[in-house]
Amino acid sequence: MSTKNKTVVTAEPGKQELFITREFDAPRELVYKAHTDASLYAQWLGPHGYEIVLETFEPVSGGKYRYIHKDKEGNAYAFHGNFHTMSEDLMIQTFEFEGMPEPGHVTLDTMRLEKLPNDRTKITIHSVFQSVADRDGMVASGMESGVREGYERLDDLLAGMK
Amino acid sequence: MGEEELSVNELVELLGWNQPSVSKHLGVLKQVGLVKERRVGRQRMYRLNAERLKPIFEWVAPFEKIWSERFDRLDVVLEKMKKEQ
Repeated sequence: MSTKNKTVVTAEPGKQELFITREFDAPRELVYKAHTDASLYAQWLGPHGYEIVLETFEPVSGGKYRYIHKDKEGNAYAFHGNFHTMSEDLMIQTFEFEGMPEPGHVTLDTMRLEKLPNDRTKITIHSVFQSVADRDGMVASGMESGVREGYERLDDLLAGMK
Repeated sequence: MGEEELSVNELVELLGWNQPSVSKHLGVLKQVGLVKERRVGRQRMYRLNAERLKPIFEWVAPFEKIWSERFDRLDVVLEKMKKEQ
């Protein structure tokens, strides 16, 4: 891999949306394929240390998906949604975590895939949440998982010290 | 802006915007405390108020890390795909 491409998240206070941008040293058709081929998608989607099961995966306009993350302790986290528009330059889909106490926390994700010179690609994800609280909750969940991963590393470290 | 202290003219040149819109943006940023202003003779110099930006950065950083790690894994997949082409 050449120079490191930076992932940038923009979340302005008090808004129901956030943006994620990233560039890749690969042509757009490959970036799109890595999002729409089940075996490739499963290789990079899940967080570190989680098994991922793509229970349903129909990456076409009007299709649906459901996947489950399983951690080492046997906890399962399921997500599902619909593919609204699927094309090489534009992917629109909904996203919902099934672990919420009630439905009504759906995200609408629009991803644009832009061709850059030298066979590179830029993606821009625009996520719209149903409320500011949902948006803030999603961003804060990163903080929790960061803490969790920190503890896991500490566990490993402590196990090694025994 | 980074760590640097810049004048309005330098920012105009850097951003390629006209002077009134740069001044207007700086005014808003100054009001909410995101930039600090200092007078040097007749010029006003501006720099980021890192202190105010820190909580915003700290809030988004772990979420950004999750996506960053995910896309780093995608890089690995893409490299494999390129070799197979």
